[in-house]
Amino acid sequence: MPNEIFARHQEYAIGPVDQIPFGEGREFQVMGLRIAVFRTRADLVYATQAACPHKEGPLADGMLGGSTIMCPLHDRSYDLVSGSEIGGACTLTTYPVRRETDGTLLLTLPAPYTPAVG
Amino acid sequence: MSKQKLVVVGNGMAGARAVEEVLARGGAEMFDIVMFGDEPYGNYNRIMLSNILSGQQNYDEIFLNTIEWYAENDIVLHTGARVNEINRFGKYVVAENGVREDYDYLMIATGSRAFMPPIPGLHMEDKSLKPGVFGFRTIDDTTGMVAAAPGKKAVVIGGGLLGLEAARGLMTHGCDVTVVHLGKHLMDQQLDTTAGAMLRTAMQKMGITVRTETSTVQVLGDTKVEGLTFKDGTSVECEVLVVAAGIRPNAEIGTRAGLTVERAIVVDNHMRSVDDTSIYVVGECAQHRGMVYGLVAPLWDQAKVLADHITERNRDAQYHGSKLATKLKVMGVELASMGITEPREERDEVIQFQEPMKGTYKKLIVRDGRLVGGILLGDISKAAFLMQAFDRDSPLPDERLGLMFDLGAPSQKVTIDEMPAEAQVCNCNGISKATIGAAVAAGSRTLPAVMNATRAGKGCGSCKGLIGEVIAWFAGGAIEEDPSIHYYVPCIPMKKQELIAAIRAHDLHSVSSVFEVLAGGVEDPASKIPLASLLNTIWPGQYEDQRDARFINDRVHGNIQKDGTFSVVPEMAGGVCTPAELMRIATAAVKYNVPLVKMTGGQRIDLVGVKKEDLPGIWADIGMPAGHAWGKSYRTCKSCIGTDHCRFGLGDSMGLAIRIEKTFRSFSDSPGKLKMATAGCPRNCSEALVKDVGVVAIGDDKWEILIGGAAGSSVRKGDLLCTVVGEDAVMLMAGRFIQFYREDAKYKERTHTWVERIGLERIKAVVVEDSEGWGERFDAEVAAAVAAYRDPWTDGVVPATENQFRSLIPVEA
Repeated sequence: MPNEIFARHQEYAIGPVDQIPFGEGREFQVMGLRIAVFRTRADLVYATQAACPHKEGPLADGMLGGSTIMCPLHDRSYDLVSGSEIGGACTLTTYPVRRETDGTLLLTLPAPYTPAVG
Repeated sequence: MSKQKLVVVGNGMAGARAVEEVLARGGAEMFDIVMFGDEPYGNYNRIMLSNILSGQQNYDEIFLNTIEWYAENDIVLHTGARVNEINRFGKYVVAENGVREDYDYLMIATGSRAFMPPIPGLHMEDKSLKPGVFGFRTIDDTTGMVAAAPGKKAVVIGGGLLGLEAARGLMTHGCDVTVVHLGKHLMDQQLDTTAGAMLRTAMQKMGITVRTETSTVQVLGDTKVEGLTFKDGTSVECEVLVVAAGIRPNAEIGTRAGLTVERAIVVDNHMRSVDDTSIYVVGECAQHRGMVYGLVAPLWDQAKVLADHITERNRDAQYHGSKLATKLKVMGVELASMGITEPREERDEVIQFQEPMKGTYKKLIVRDGRLVGGILLGDISKAAFLMQAFDRDSPLPDERLGLMFDLGAPSQKVTIDEMPAEAQVCNCNGISKATIGAAVAAGSRTLPAVMNATRAGKGCGSCKGLIGEVIAWFAGGAIEEDPSIHYYVPCIPMKKQELIAAIRAHDLHSVSSVFEVLAGGVEDPASKIPLASLLNTIWPGQYEDQRDARFINDRVHGNIQKDGTFSVVPEMAGGVCTPAELMRIATAAVKYNVPLVKMTGGQRIDLVGVKKEDLPGIWADIGMPAGHAWGKSYRTCKSCIGTDHCRFGLGDSMGLAIRIEKTFRSFSDSPGKLKMATAGCPRNCSEALVKDVGVVAIGDDKWEILIGGAAGSSVRKGDLLCTVVGEDAVMLMAGRFIQFYREDAKYKERTHTWVERIGLERIKAVVVEDSEGWGERFDAEVAAAVAAYRDPWTDGVVPATENQFRSLIPVEA
């Protein structure tokens, strides 16, 4: 998201939670952003940037356990709640995600700032 | 409970180390700690003073504990305060400057001082040393020498280790140095006559004058040192005199307090004075079983025992004495010495090698097959091995020559000592020796802790053994074993066999149920994969295949590439395919714009760079089963042409390879990859000698089965398991071997490591002789796995999970 300034936030419906199997992640494209969404065996959902900051491994293809995700390429691990790397200095951008009663996932993204006209 | 008071007299290496060990055992909660030091500094590494003298290090580099360290640990430190009086009945000590401290426990760590022999003229009238005379023991001694030495004529009395270090340091200050030694040869504590003479030659070549068997009778000069006179009537001029004639324990404080003192204060096995259970003694001022130690290694051992005992961490902790071994560089000459220098008993066996022109000398003294003494001079490449054998009292190999030399070894293994700090230990992640050292210094003392802190060993893992050695080296041998390295997965404290028993007992068929029942409901992402592998091994056909417990390769049945695409390798048993299959592969590669078509090392065709979305389509177009080229599983069986066309062929290697593939492809889970090969004759064109299982035809329908070969990060020739007649017997033996390996090996342990770990004899007994009676069960497990086989690429027709083959799900705004 270089050169963009975010000022507001907006929720986007990204479809039913059942698109994601228990214990796995899937990668979504929302408003031009690639977001990995995870669903744990305990049925909690988390959303982060899709690419591992190390070598851009697809985090949605990683190993998920509790709230930890391990990248499939070089085993870097991150806490999905804070986004911080376990045993390292990298950080993932995390995004709030919640579920409607019908199971629809609502993802909150920062909206691009639009300068006031005039 | 209120805290007790621990008073430590002496702030040298022994005192501070013992306090560190006490703190490491929770001592801060048990004791208020007070320390007395007679030098006005914090604590420093006395051994490094010779580097200060020679200009290789600065003072601030040798401090071990700064003044701040004492404050941070709530230790009261009285510097410049020499303690003269211990009142054992009132339980208090008084220092020269009047400071008085009461104690519950007292630790005496007063160390030792330079021994000044009774030579007339050494002292002035007021008992102070004559100007120009130095000991070599403290920072002040060293500072004095550095100020006085440049360009002068200098004499060192004492040709032991310390004297030679002093001589080396004085050389760097441009001194004309003479070493005067009373003994018959240099370093008589560590060397024999021959080695001493060789060391003397080496030193003389460097311009140092050495006089042995020389006794000094007079120090000349009225107001300052001007020279020495010797017993034989000769004399020498000098302006600087360093006395390094040994050390004397500072034990007078013990004598005055009424403790038993012989050469030093006598202690029991808990490092307590034999007269007073509230007084501990550690370091050079302690005498244990008649021995007074002047090296650091014994001191570290003593400090640990003392700390275990005083903190009640282990009241049975006992010190049993130390075996002395040293490795050092004197004037550029590498030297290692351990134990005795001459044989002492009739049964002692001496092994010697000498090459005077090169300055190489090696001598080992062996008693009852164990090393009791050794000297290495010039070439110390075997020192690490020998010192370990000496220290552990381990039996030596019968091949004595190999103790001294690396015979025909392909490359000389670098010892950790010789390894430069920037040398890379883990090549996968680029981790250097220095980085591991920093992690150890920061408190990581176990292999898993260092691996987590640095990522070392987290790539291919082949460097783990070396990392362990490097940790031990930095930790001074104090590597702590993390019990979890023996567990099958770190989150469940059970070895593999215990875990298998528990899984069977609870009848657990899925990874999530294992976490629930055996791991307290806590999921560990890294443990999912090994658990899935194990469950599939235990329950062929009845295992609940939860895909989230599988690595991505096993979820989409291809090998993930660096850009997130996958490789497609169709099965090509024996490396054989039909022209029609070849055309379908080519057509599919064109249709899906496959960026790379490559022959693999296992005689298959690899289509590299296929998008996840395209996998089902490309599999359908190719119309061949999966080549299982992505997991820790049976991979492939290479073969040569065999009998059909080759003029040398003795057995149908190609036919056997196809049969092997069609059977053992059912092993979709295994501790490590299984790469096999068959060869139609002993020429071994298919490289069957370096495979996990290799089968070689030797004629008359006979086959040799080799196991545990490797030609990857490790290279190892397979061991001959057995020779059998007929292909059926090959299938039976290979199947039993693989099943034994699947049930016994640790996760990620390849056969070559496993075979070496448990031993060929054991494997032969179980597999060939059926010593445990497991043969029929193994056969049944193999049959069950074969019956449960399903081509994983059928997922392409009926996906196993939602969006299994979608790499990106677009969301409309």
